[in-house]
Amino acid sequence: MLLIDCPWCGKRDETEFSYGGEAHIARPTDTDTLSDDAWADYVFIRSNPKGVHRERWFHVHGCRRWFNLARHTVSHEILTIYKIGERPELPDDKTAPKPKAP
Amino acid sequence: MTRYSVFSLARNALAYHQAWPEAWRSPEPRPEYDVVIVGGGGHGLATAYYLAKEHGVTNVAVIEKGWIGGGNTGRNTTIIRSNYLWDESAAIYEKSLQLYEGLSRDLNFNIMLSQRGVLNLAHNEHDLKELSRRVHAIRLNGIDSEILDPAQVKAMVPIINISRELRYPILGASLQRRGGVARHDAVAWGYARAADARGVDIIQNCEVTGFSIANGTITGVETTRGAIKARKVGVVVAGHASVLAGMAGFRLPIESHPLQALVSEPIKPVLDCVVMSNAVHVYVSQSDKGELVIGAGIDAYTSYAQRGSFHTIEGQIGAITELFPIFSRLRQLRQWGGIVDTCPDASPILSRTPVENLFFNCGWGTGGFKATPGSGWCFAHTIATGEPHPINAPFALERFTTGTLIDEHGAAAVAH
Repeated sequence: MLLIDCPWCGKRDETEFSYGGEAHIARPTDTDTLSDDAWADYVFIRSNPKGVHRERWFHVHGCRRWFNLARHTVSHEILTIYKIGERPELPDDKTAPKPKAP
Repeated sequence: MTRYSVFSLARNALAYHQAWPEAWRSPEPRPEYDVVIVGGGGHGLATAYYLAKEHGVTNVAVIEKGWIGGGNTGRNTTIIRSNYLWDESAAIYEKSLQLYEGLSRDLNFNIMLSQRGVLNLAHNEHDLKELSRRVHAIRLNGIDSEILDPAQVKAMVPIINISRELRYPILGASLQRRGGVARHDAVAWGYARAADARGVDIIQNCEVTGFSIANGTITGVETTRGAIKARKVGVVVAGHASVLAGMAGFRLPIESHPLQALVSEPIKPVLDCVVMSNAVHVYVSQSDKGELVIGAGIDAYTSYAQRGSFHTIEGQIGAITELFPIFSRLRQLRQWGGIVDTCPDASPILSRTPVENLFFNCGWGTGGFKATPGSGWCFAHTIATGEPHPINAPFALERFTTGTLIDEHGAAAVAH
């Protein structure tokens, strides 16, 4: 079970939150010309790393606000928590594999 | 291979069981194979077995980073059923169930298949309507399925609580009598032994660290025991499909989640079928040793940690004690978590990939064990011929681009 430090409310139990999936996936803006492959990439394809994962959480039983955090998917260690719109650099970013889309 | 029979048992009993040969060899990897299967779980071993049996491809290696039966194959709730809503799912899971029905004889290994019946409970009016829709769809596909009213559920499972005072009262159930459980270890060991007997090399403690790809075509795998050349490679690695896809240079519509199960202390026989509930989300059966085998849903977040959260187990136990008040004072013996690959449409991927001659079989989510024989049978066909079998053609990777999803969320008799 995780202890999550909500940027507004402080440390709370995981059961107060709901998980919102991978963070930093921007909805394409050129939707009328977007290819099916690009749509599939946006809607379905996820990075699912074994390592640091940037993800969205929602403090549903608290302040009801969304935020992002970076969590290691093997140790479950939360490396950093930050607000929507921010994207702090992490040392792992350079070493994390970033495979190309098919 | 020593054929297992009452005579071999008697002969070995006279020798104090000291003379049984190993069930399969432990060969050194050869430098080159026609087909390399990455992942020695049930699906991978079944693939190798059917490659040899159905397609005559015997120059095959199964590469396993741990040991045979040490992954999700050996740590699931062993439920087998084919009561799926959509035609595509019904076809592949029913193929699997039919193979299971003849598997002990086919493999000469007792997989202890027990077709004790699988009940899926309905807890409200909507559940009941959904359930009858599903039962009729299943019957149209020629698969056995029937509807029980609460009294019939009570007659079949005397310890269940059908009081109307429950928060989620039991209003009915669907029943697949051909569903049941099997010994999960035996499925892995049986396939390993039978594949080995047909010439397949099973290489344990050998982890794949990369793929050799030339001009978009696979040429082999890099492993912790050296490079192995291969004309074709099939990847069947529940939990780690995205990691291996990353090594091959493409991404998958998959997220890995922990799935937990637990086992109670052994008690005398009280439950002779499998009971599943979609709404309160729990499933339970009693093993031959008398333990209750209890499973539920995945943890919400992605993980590769093979452990889950305590509150997930708490929800599971809450559901089970409401359905079966008699279980409330049972002690839990052990609990474990495995990593499952979940797809956006809760259906698996058995497919060619952007890399030529590299095939992926993944995304079985929480229900891969029941599909082991059918999955291996279809995947063997796909690898041997280079084309998917009509049964697994709908489960191609392209469906996420074309939009022809097979949405089994909630339709599969239990929420995923």
